[in-house]
Amino acid sequence: MNQITNFTKGFLKENPVFVLLLGTCPALATTTSAWNGLGMGLATTFVLVMSNAVISLVKDIIPDNVRIPSYIVIIASFVTIVDLLMAAYLPALHSQLGIFIPLIVVNCIVLGRAEAFASRNNILSSAIDGLGMGLGFAIGLGIMGGIREILGSGAIFGLKLHLFGQVDGMLAFVLAPGAFLVFGYLVAMLNIINKKI
Amino acid sequence: MKSTLTNMWLVLGGITLIAGGALSYMFELTKAPIEAAKQEKLKQAIAMVTPAFDQMKTISVAPADGQGDSLTFYQVSSKGQVVGTAVKTWTDKGFSGRFWVIVGFDTSGKVINSNVVEHKETPGLGDKTDIAKSDWNTQFKGKDLSQFQLKVKKDGGQVDAITAATISSRAYCDALQRAYDAYMLNQKNTTKP
Repeated sequence: MNQITNFTKGFLKENPVFVLLLGTCPALATTTSAWNGLGMGLATTFVLVMSNAVISLVKDIIPDNVRIPSYIVIIASFVTIVDLLMAAYLPALHSQLGIFIPLIVVNCIVLGRAEAFASRNNILSSAIDGLGMGLGFAIGLGIMGGIREILGSGAIFGLKLHLFGQVDGMLAFVLAPGAFLVFGYLVAMLNIINKKI
Repeated sequence: MKSTLTNMWLVLGGITLIAGGALSYMFELTKAPIEAAKQEKLKQAIAMVTPAFDQMKTISVAPADGQGDSLTFYQVSSKGQVVGTAVKTWTDKGFSGRFWVIVGFDTSGKVINSNVVEHKETPGLGDKTDIAKSDWNTQFKGKDLSQFQLKVKKDGGQVDAITAATISSRAYCDALQRAYDAYMLNQKNTTKP
């Protein structure tokens, strides 16, 4: 498999949220606005790239029986680093995403890529796989957050659009039911696109 | 790789050791900026609810009913004269989790301004208590809480609740009430510079 497909497969063919259906919990919970979704996605991208690279680097010295604990320690370290960095330099976004940053540790995408890809491929391919998957996740969450923000608060990236006159928007879309609705339609849409190409 | 007790012990021990080292380095590195960001946020919150000041005194005060955690008073003074007090107060009556509010009182006990410090209310509904999202909390400006009925209209008070966020509106009032009660009880010792 060449590096270009390693990179691009995360966007459509194996998009982590809408095709592999991994990481659904943060996808539903943090996408109340486009910034939140994108921020969450980019934090996950950083963790994915770093953990994929490190895991593929050390995969040959890790004994089989302690494989999962070792991966989790590596992933958790990078998540904590992201958490600290965001608290220090992006305090507003950090307080918005709150508990979901530490919860990247248990995000199935990260451990899933470590198991399925990084433990079998070299460091360059693994880092590229992490980047592609992470950006696919980030763009997916950004789009989902954007749709929910437009419909739910009548804004995009915090800019008011005044689409619905006096009313801000359809409140259901910033709440949990709207998350499921938007998620369902996006999954269906990506399925159609993937069947066509 | 085949697992033996020795190599498992060595590898897992090695990884945790390196991870621990890296994390403590990152912690030290980000400690100052995180603290600065917190201080900046608090400073902005205090400045928003008090008149201009050049000195600040921080006091911890128990709530008037003695129940629960204590409130923080930021007594601000300008040229040696106390000009107001910002009270960081809390309530557990919010929609989800503890709800932190800051409110500034002038020396006569009137509300100067108030705002949300930290909340876990529903985005798009309860977060309208924050001035960044809507001007709902401006209705408390200049109110004397000994006369103003600090309850939502549904409960027989004078506060306009946010549509579809009555619980968050009630919680905000509860936090203000807690701050006001503690402030009045302690006014004798807090008006001294």
